[in-house]
Amino acid sequence: MNKSILILKREYLTRVKKKSFIIMTLLVPLMMAAMTILPVYLATLDDSEERTIAVYDPTSLILNKIESTEFTKFHYIPEQEYNELSKNFKSGKFYALLFIPTNILTTNQAELISDKQITFDIKNMISNRIESIIEGEKRQQVINETGVPDLEKKLAATRTRIKLNTIKLGEKGEAVKSSTEIAAAIGYASGILIYMFVFIYGTMVMKGVMEEKSSRIVEVIISSVKPFQLLFGKIIGIGLVGLTQIAIWIVLGLTITTGVAAYMGQGSAETAIQAQNIMSSSQAMEQMGAASPAKENMVLDIIQMIGNLNIPLIIFALFFYFIGGFLLYASLMGAIGSAVDSDEDAQQMMLPVTMPLILSIMILFAVAKNPEGSLAFWASMIPFTSPVTMMVRIPYGIPLWEMLLSMSILVATILGTIWVAGKIYRTGILMYGKKVTLKEIGKWLFYKN
Amino acid sequence: MELFQANNIVKEYAGHVALSTVSISVKEASVFGLLGPNGAGKTTLIRIINQITAPDSGELFFDGRRLKAEDIYQIGYLPEERGLYKKMKVGEQALYLAQLKGMSKNDALKSLKYWFEKFEIQAWWGKKVEELSKGMAQKVQFITTVIHKPKLLIFDEPFTGFDPINTNLIKNEILELKKQGTTIIFSTHNMSSVEEICDHIALINQSKKILDGQIDEVKEKFKTNTFEVAYRGEAPDSHHRLGHEFSILEQVRTAHLNQMKIQFNNGQSNNELLKLLMNQFEIVSFKEIIPSMNEVFIHVVEQSNRENKL
Repeated sequence: MNKSILILKREYLTRVKKKSFIIMTLLVPLMMAAMTILPVYLATLDDSEERTIAVYDPTSLILNKIESTEFTKFHYIPEQEYNELSKNFKSGKFYALLFIPTNILTTNQAELISDKQITFDIKNMISNRIESIIEGEKRQQVINETGVPDLEKKLAATRTRIKLNTIKLGEKGEAVKSSTEIAAAIGYASGILIYMFVFIYGTMVMKGVMEEKSSRIVEVIISSVKPFQLLFGKIIGIGLVGLTQIAIWIVLGLTITTGVAAYMGQGSAETAIQAQNIMSSSQAMEQMGAASPAKENMVLDIIQMIGNLNIPLIIFALFFYFIGGFLLYASLMGAIGSAVDSDEDAQQMMLPVTMPLILSIMILFAVAKNPEGSLAFWASMIPFTSPVTMMVRIPYGIPLWEMLLSMSILVATILGTIWVAGKIYRTGILMYGKKVTLKEIGKWLFYKN
Repeated sequence: MELFQANNIVKEYAGHVALSTVSISVKEASVFGLLGPNGAGKTTLIRIINQITAPDSGELFFDGRRLKAEDIYQIGYLPEERGLYKKMKVGEQALYLAQLKGMSKNDALKSLKYWFEKFEIQAWWGKKVEELSKGMAQKVQFITTVIHKPKLLIFDEPFTGFDPINTNLIKNEILELKKQGTTIIFSTHNMSSVEEICDHIALINQSKKILDGQIDEVKEKFKTNTFEVAYRGEAPDSHHRLGHEFSILEQVRTAHLNQMKIQFNNGQSNNELLKLLMNQFEIVSFKEIIPSMNEVFIHVVEQSNRENKL
């Protein structure tokens, strides 16, 4: 056991000290942060540029009705100036020239002239504002024609937006606000995380075994320790490397997010909301409704709904399936690494082993769509797919017995695969220059020590 | 006294017999040559001694009692298929391997310092193994094999990859270790090195031990009672002049010196032959031809292969 710890330490330290590990570990959260912060930052940059738009409105329909915002001003110009500008528009004093034709009420068209590509935001803003003005104008005309008293108010009252609150009943029958979207998001994220972790670090175990075999150091080592101790130390050591990486990511991720949140808090609320808008691409919605209060409610709702999920259970399950899935696949990959001599052979042998893992990511969407279905049930019972698929189901809430059954099957299978892997490994690492078939490997299982 | 003994070892792999009732016994502070052609079963036997694999039947004794799992710390093994972690630094790696053999970190560092100085390779301590030449890596491997001062050392083809100077260095180290009381099992195809350093040999062919004994005994056993005589004067041109007891195998004549090989047909003594020859011509030199280990090896293995075919 002492020797296993020595091996574990070497496996762990040599990998953690590697430049590639340090770079990857630091770079990934930074890249993620950059991907989150950059658009926000750029959005704030864009909006701080002051622009004046010249408006020529012979209809006087929108005259003084478009309000200037902090950075976008409207300046009304007479016909003569319009004629000059429209012939040869050069942005400078004005960013663009807005022309409202006299027949706008029937054609629903206006013109925005510039020698530059008009930004998406400005185009959107202007068209939205004109739209609501023209809509109001048309409505006023209808009201005037029909002569029904208080029609405007009555019409306004008919405007409706439905918000469907999904409510899940808790154990005592109390209503718990839940959200399918949030459950799905958490499920996907954990499923994909487990998949990536198992794949990357499982392959690392295989490569490590192959390195020992091809550099011929393995015989020296197994003359001092049992082959099983070597494999065991390697798997645990590499697993810890993975956990270290993830722990660093979580810490860095939290630090960066908190830092950004603090920075954003200092900035104007408007900017923050606009930034969020861009990110969630729910721009249209935002501009229609009176934004801020609804938004705040939503954030509160999300926080409440996350709070209503069984967070400790999810975290426990995440770690359990994380480690379980890794042990299962890493032991098999270690066995493969011991049986092959070359990378090509390794690729070939890896395929049948990684197939269920790939399959589990392929059915992830279907499982999330119907977490109570039979596909979801069986996929989360079969140990080769359960680490990924069960994580997708857990945020939706599943019966305890299902979870316990799935976990027990996984543990039992891990014990089995480690036994099998140990047998294959023992024979495989000393087998050189022989093209190994699955049938051959099958025989190794029955070799005596 | 025997340090290591293997009695009636049998090992089979899925229908293929690797060792059939092989026994060896290795005296303390001696060099034991384990010989045999490729695929004879030497490596299997060595792996059994190292407890990498277990025999199907047979008994193993170490230091007068049954071989135990802890005895691996008393054994140093340099396998034929050997290597080091390429990306790891020489010093770190040597330290790791020494610790795996049960040494404490401090003891290991002290010993390593001694050996690195002895081989004048201190400068390699911080280098990665991939930067070393094959011969350099072999030196490091040799050190990691002997570092924990084992009672029993097993070398499987230790000289491959070494230039003559380093071969000599390692050879002297092996003899030095023997002098200090270490018991050594030495497996090789290189028969000249066997003659130089082995005290006792066992020859394995096709999973069976076919020869065992002290090296001079073995050679004595395979000598053919043949003598090489150099002389001046008229040669005995027929058997009549030497009688039926001797036969001439070969005769070479040059301007100054004649040579011939003579074999005894019965158990005559050397002096009888000399007397007979002295009457005929002037003898310049007279020596008995003793077979080299190389000849013994080829002779014995070929004979055993012929017998197995019949």
